[in-house]
Amino acid sequence: MTCHPERSEGPRATSAGGASPSARLSMTVLAALLVASSAFAQSTILNSTGRKGTFAIRNATIVPVTSAPIANGTIVFANGVITAVAANATVPADATVIDGTGLFVYPGMIDSGSNVGLVEVDSVAGTVDTSELGDFNPNSQAAVAINPHSELVPVTRVNGVTHLVATPEGGIISGQSALIQLAGWTPPEMVVKGPTAVHIRFPRLRSAPISDQPQDEEAEKELRKSYTRDVDKLRDILRDAQAYGKAAAARRASQSVERFDRDLILEALVPVVEGRVPVVMHANLARDIRAALAFADEFKLKVILSGAQDVGRLLDDVKRRGIPVILGPILSLPQREDDPYDLLFTNAKTLHDAGVPFAIQTSDAHNTRNLPYHAASCAAFGLPKDEALKAVTLYPARIWGVADRLGSLEVGKSASLILTDGDPLEIRTNVRQVFIGGEEIPMDSRHTLLYEKFRRRP
Amino acid sequence: MRKTLLALAFALPLFAQERVTLIRNATILTVTNGVIENGSVLIRGAKIAAVGRDVSAPANARVIDATGKFVMPGIIDTHSHAGVEGSVNEVSLPNTGMVRIQDALTNDDISAYRQLAGGTTAALILHGSANAIGGQSQIVKWKWGRPVSEWIVPDAPRTIKFALGENPKSANFRPPEGQQRQYPATRMGVEEVIRKSFTDARDYMAAWDEYEAKRKRNETAIPPRRDLLMETMADILRGKIDIHAHSYRSDEIVMLLNLADEMGFKVRELQHVLEGYKVAREIAKHGAGAGTFIDWWGYKAEAYDATPYNVALMLRNGVLTSVNSDSDELARHLNHDAAKAIKYGGVSEEDALRVCTINAAKQLRLDHRIGSIEAGKDADLVIWTGHPLSTYSRVETTFIEGEIYFDRQQDLARREANRKEKEERLKKEADDAAKTKKERKP
Repeated sequence: MTCHPERSEGPRATSAGGASPSARLSMTVLAALLVASSAFAQSTILNSTGRKGTFAIRNATIVPVTSAPIANGTIVFANGVITAVAANATVPADATVIDGTGLFVYPGMIDSGSNVGLVEVDSVAGTVDTSELGDFNPNSQAAVAINPHSELVPVTRVNGVTHLVATPEGGIISGQSALIQLAGWTPPEMVVKGPTAVHIRFPRLRSAPISDQPQDEEAEKELRKSYTRDVDKLRDILRDAQAYGKAAAARRASQSVERFDRDLILEALVPVVEGRVPVVMHANLARDIRAALAFADEFKLKVILSGAQDVGRLLDDVKRRGIPVILGPILSLPQREDDPYDLLFTNAKTLHDAGVPFAIQTSDAHNTRNLPYHAASCAAFGLPKDEALKAVTLYPARIWGVADRLGSLEVGKSASLILTDGDPLEIRTNVRQVFIGGEEIPMDSRHTLLYEKFRRRP
Repeated sequence: MRKTLLALAFALPLFAQERVTLIRNATILTVTNGVIENGSVLIRGAKIAAVGRDVSAPANARVIDATGKFVMPGIIDTHSHAGVEGSVNEVSLPNTGMVRIQDALTNDDISAYRQLAGGTTAALILHGSANAIGGQSQIVKWKWGRPVSEWIVPDAPRTIKFALGENPKSANFRPPEGQQRQYPATRMGVEEVIRKSFTDARDYMAAWDEYEAKRKRNETAIPPRRDLLMETMADILRGKIDIHAHSYRSDEIVMLLNLADEMGFKVRELQHVLEGYKVAREIAKHGAGAGTFIDWWGYKAEAYDATPYNVALMLRNGVLTSVNSDSDELARHLNHDAAKAIKYGGVSEEDALRVCTINAAKQLRLDHRIGSIEAGKDADLVIWTGHPLSTYSRVETTFIEGEIYFDRQQDLARREANRKEKEERLKKEADDAAKTKKERKP
């Protein structure tokens, strides 16, 4: 187990067989020291170990999320899957046993919107793959552009964020997101589900910063014109996709239907207009949300609402349609200067009270690791703490359609879990060990390595 | 005797108006004198009058029961751009040290109120980083609702912003069409701009010295032409203006510190200083402070080696370190950043509280007034629902100089009235506009 060399109280491992864990511990400490003294052009952090051994964490407080916490519990996992979660689960003979006394086990956290993997350095264009040119890119796939060797991957996961929805940006139809795990040597090894959705930045009538002052009449006219044009274009392309879908089905059914050239853009939209792939509508202001939802009704789209700063004004509209909402970034500013200062902190409670399903996103990359603190800020303003935890575990798993594998600690689910010394939504809590799909994740990152290097400066 | 009476007569009304407030039953994080459980803070007028377990309320005192709550000093942000009208960058020259933030301050930036709601009470408002020497900064308190003249901390030192690295060499933005790129374009050029500015200032000072000497000898003397930029540079050399220098890479940090030693000036605080941990020893030796983001990184090339362990490493090397925001958003939860100093590198709880309070006050040379809860200091205080280093805590009430500038219950109570007022005003505006239109028709 890789362990912070300075921390004396790392998880204490004992073995019920196999290699001596203390030997493993010291070997990895040695490895960390060697790594720390090497050059830093490229980090030498493992993407994943590739080993999905049998592990048992004992004497820990286990927080399955779907059921009550288990004090002094045991969780067992093998071949990447949880095999037992209980107060007295049997530990297999070949298991590597981790003593979790005083520690906690939670499911890995899931960020419902992030750019990790798509960007390395924001101001260096060559390293940024978030936004394609043009307005309509439903065929752009985040899944093919994820850099598994990005320094952001280890930085993010060592704080307990194990999965995220890598989301394309820009234009009107930005592209297809993918739910990825933060371990793997190639993009396909990282993709858990792709595409998760097609993302639409619904045209906005006003450009930021918004103001309630009446605008210059001419400018307003222009704005309305371009808004209408954009919505019309969006409508046209979705209608084309409907027609394309019908034509393709007809051609499949009968060779007598004339062959036609493939169109990758429309092809990407067919599952959307057929309601098989959800659309994430990014909209914040009440007017934009209303327009986006009305538009979605017109095409009977399966919608997930994202951003949604004004969602509190449209609870009935959202509830009636049974639409889940991705809130966030929570740690960001309300758009109007006279919005309540706590608007973004209280939206989660508002949705919870109304019974609307929700999850939380950071819309960040370098600090996607702060996902738990976005959730905690909702709890500081009235959302029950266990709901805040669900908003970054179980709820995103449900919304993104992976709750059979992720989001809670249950037998049969993926062993994507974190061992912590406290509540992961508290900044002061340390994540001691991360497992993704049963693999023991090295707890190093660019940041720990730089720390190790420079605290040893002679 | 008559004089004394007169003085009393003037003093009495003031004294009578002086409000007395007692916050009691709170956990008091004094920052400089440990934690007081079940403690009280007595505020008299603008100042803290007493702190401790056994402080009782005078008969006329407003009493705030803070059972289960925490009181800490107002958070101090040494890097803000809030409250500045228009652009924060006077980009026209490599050195615009003559311009002043003070001349562009407004009191209607909602950011001030939002920061109060996050427990931030004071800030250093700086120019941007478009030029090597950007202009004179201003230390303020966020006295929302008061005139800007009252925001300015009267005895605050004069300050100036320097900038090193990518921004002053215009690496991250292009000049407007038709304009040439402005010098400097390299870190070499940034050093040269600063070196030349101080060289010119020495000549300027010498010219004035010569003139004064001649005058003293009653010789005919023509005064040198007054130059506002050179006056500024000279005042830096005289130690009358503190330098807060935007910096990222360790090489440019060392450059500035060496140049400072050579030219005879001091760097009060390195701002951002994301690679400070690489040269923490050199920073400590110069005596410069460091105000940094705890975990921002990777947004540009010079931020790629940033690590959240920076604060811990600098503190360990004896650097006076604070966390600051450079952001209207982050300025609302600098308590999070303080907590991260514990997470990343194991800083003590006491030090974590210091990095957002007293250390910042020291960097601003205002620690005699703000940054801790001590009798005699300004009553800039924040009542939190829980420990401010917990992500679940929230600000209830924020005081500046004994006055409440944010109170959550008041904020909640006012919302409906504010909404109605806005609705009415917008309606009136629309009606008026319609009326004017109608009247204009022939």
